[in-house]
Amino acid sequence: MTALDDILAADTEQGVAIAAIEEDLAKVPEGASPKSQRAKNLIPPLITFVLFITVWYLYTWSRFDNAAQRRNALPYPHTVITDGFLPLWDPLSRNGLRPILPYMWSTVKITLMGLAIALVLGITIAVIMNLSKGMERAIFPYAVILQTVPILAITPLLTQLFGEELGVRLVVTVLIAIFPVVTNTLFGLQSTDRLHHDLFTLNNVSRWTRLTKLELPSATPAIMTGVRIAAGGAVIGSIVADFFFSKGEKGMGYYIKMRQLRAVERPEMFAGTIMATLFGIIIFLIVGWVTNRAIRNWHESVRKPS
Amino acid sequence: MTTSDAPAQAVGTAVGVGSPALRFVNTSMTFADGTHAVDNVSFDVAPGEFVAVVGPSGCGKSTLLRIASGLQSHTGGACEIDRSSIGYVFQDPTLLPWRTVQRNVELNAELQGMDKAARLDKARAAIELVNLVGHEKKYPKQLSGGMKMRCSLARSLVLNPKVFLFDEPFGALDEITRERLNDELLRLFQSEKFAGLFITHSIQEAVYLSTRVIVMSARPGRIIGDYPVPFDFPREHDLRYSAEFAELCGKISADLKDAHS
Repeated sequence: MTALDDILAADTEQGVAIAAIEEDLAKVPEGASPKSQRAKNLIPPLITFVLFITVWYLYTWSRFDNAAQRRNALPYPHTVITDGFLPLWDPLSRNGLRPILPYMWSTVKITLMGLAIALVLGITIAVIMNLSKGMERAIFPYAVILQTVPILAITPLLTQLFGEELGVRLVVTVLIAIFPVVTNTLFGLQSTDRLHHDLFTLNNVSRWTRLTKLELPSATPAIMTGVRIAAGGAVIGSIVADFFFSKGEKGMGYYIKMRQLRAVERPEMFAGTIMATLFGIIIFLIVGWVTNRAIRNWHESVRKPS
Repeated sequence: MTTSDAPAQAVGTAVGVGSPALRFVNTSMTFADGTHAVDNVSFDVAPGEFVAVVGPSGCGKSTLLRIASGLQSHTGGACEIDRSSIGYVFQDPTLLPWRTVQRNVELNAELQGMDKAARLDKARAAIELVNLVGHEKKYPKQLSGGMKMRCSLARSLVLNPKVFLFDEPFGALDEITRERLNDELLRLFQSEKFAGLFITHSIQEAVYLSTRVIVMSARPGRIIGDYPVPFDFPREHDLRYSAEFAELCGKISADLKDAHS
């Protein structure tokens, strides 16, 4: 493809004499290139998706004896849509997509707020740890403990400290999301090129200038990797927190938990789970897009579309 | 600081006038781990002088440069230099990959607090000097090795340094690019009249660029050879193939051979 493009570019410079050939050649990439490329990118995940749905159908069909059992244990994919998501917008129905949305909205709020707090706090902590080896040693063990302590096991403590409403769900979300931000940012800051440091030293810069004009920009790709991991964690954190802290505004976790209680609401449970998953995917894509925007011009990991 | 000890400087057409811009006096360096890197090195570099230092790898010639720039302190002797006005060109172009050519060239001036209007003027002039006009908006990853190095040179030129320190800047480039950059550097040297200290492991490059070549021994680095380079400026590409050029290179090469034993 690129070889052909090169030929075309050369032809353009040579001008009229080969214009005819050029026109012939041009038809191939013009018509085929962008569309066929998009198709190529889409086909593999599409195949995976079809396979997954097929296996789901086969399993549900072979594992359970009758329609009622299937519906209440592992409903067919189409049942999830008809009984879980439909009606899409009926103000009178207690089923369907509409009643899910308030829960979804709460989860979106908690997740984004938690992620934002984890980002600001995590980068700040990493910057402080990067100030000196002593600081790093003083803080790092506790960052690890924060990450490894089973958060759900200390729910009584968290409830005591932060109440049982929105606050505690936010705290759980931040606790889960902050560790990847801290470790990746610290790694990024410490990976700053030694010669770049020398260059800044030669200019007698302040610690602040070194941080803002050298270390943080240089750490951006690593920070974004941390954010990407944190984003997934934040979604899970906010939903899991719903299971344990259910006062005040309620999120998707609460919706899923309530639908788990009764077997007849299995399709709704799946619908809720799928919504939560979709949200996770959307956040993942947004973070990926932001990352690409931030570093596509300069970082080797990003190839420019030619 | 007078020029009483300047016999070796009175060479070529770019003769230094006034006090030296950089002076090593019995400079020595022993690292904390006991490595004796530099031993009793003394020489001056005056404005309009371009001194090249050649030596086997690990002979402390880069250490000498780091001492001159203040990146490294020395353990013995003295090093006199006005650090407010130095340009330092690294082995790597060390461009910040997230900045465009324009913003990279502005970097030193920006970090030293030059105001924006002056900075833009200086950067434009420097970009012209190194022939990078038209590439201002490109990012380093879009540049060739030679262009990156020219951008790195421009970044230092913005400050009009009195002393230019070069740490094997062209070592990683291919022969053709390297020779072209040698010619550009000579041109800059003639127009900007700085004092140059150039570290290299290429004898040809040392002789072609400099007004004086200093040969260092293997560690601990001592001066074992000191050659004035008698060729006039401007120097042309063909100089590299003249008999006198080859003779001088031969002498230095013989010194270096001894340096290893």
